[in-house]
Amino acid sequence: MGMNKKKNWYDYLWLASLLYLILGFFNILFAWLGLLCFLIPLGISAVKGNKTYCNHYCGRGQLLDLLGNKLKLSRKKDIPAFIRSRGFRYGFLIFFLIMFGNMLFTTYLVFSEAGSLKQAVQLLWTFKLPWHFAYHGTIAADWVAQFAFGFYSVMLTSTVLGIITMVLYKPRSWCVYCPMGTMTQQICKLKDKSS
Amino acid sequence: MTLQKNKRYAVVDETHCVACGSCMKVCPKGAITIPCGITAEIDTLKCVGCGLCAKVCPASVIHIEMPKRGEENGNE
Repeated sequence: MGMNKKKNWYDYLWLASLLYLILGFFNILFAWLGLLCFLIPLGISAVKGNKTYCNHYCGRGQLLDLLGNKLKLSRKKDIPAFIRSRGFRYGFLIFFLIMFGNMLFTTYLVFSEAGSLKQAVQLLWTFKLPWHFAYHGTIAADWVAQFAFGFYSVMLTSTVLGIITMVLYKPRSWCVYCPMGTMTQQICKLKDKSS
Repeated sequence: MTLQKNKRYAVVDETHCVACGSCMKVCPKGAITIPCGITAEIDTLKCVGCGLCAKVCPASVIHIEMPKRGEENGNE
């Protein structure tokens, strides 16, 4: 951030992103709040036709910037060219959406009582981490908790990927292949064309 | 632009820009905007070619255009 720029309230949204990750260790139902990180950027791009969310409000972007620049955890090397290619960005978006659909289906199975609640967080779509310590019984229906475990898995996985590429390349490398960023940019392009 | 004689300034590869806004945040001159959420745009009149944006760009798609010595126009 520029050294002589006045800070705005939204410059502290990285705290919300950090808090979100922490809350997931105490009560998984907080994971539902992550929907805001999906709905707000999509809403802004669809209604306003800009990327104000990425540009100003994204707490994750700020957090990666902080870790990479302030805490100097980033090597600050160029990202491999293929990651910024159309093919990779859209390919990753499609993969991400398929895995998201898969998570919704798992939630549906629990909702329809064809499946049972699994108190686990799946990291990088592969590793099942036991997460029973963040679930305190049925104040909500099982499917509500199942969605929370699934959504937190999505958020944790993307944070881990973001941190790995923050260390290897530039601090905000995640922004290059962030599915939300790719989607909102595409929405903006379509909106610009149609107007 | 004819006003660009012998002046350093940043250039964005617009086809690969992800419009994240990292460059906009570090620009000391407020020379960068992201109109319509599509790509970063640099106001070459305000740009002083400091290179902070190029350094921070996560996609590494900003470079600094250098003036050519001994030539009248810095543009290639």
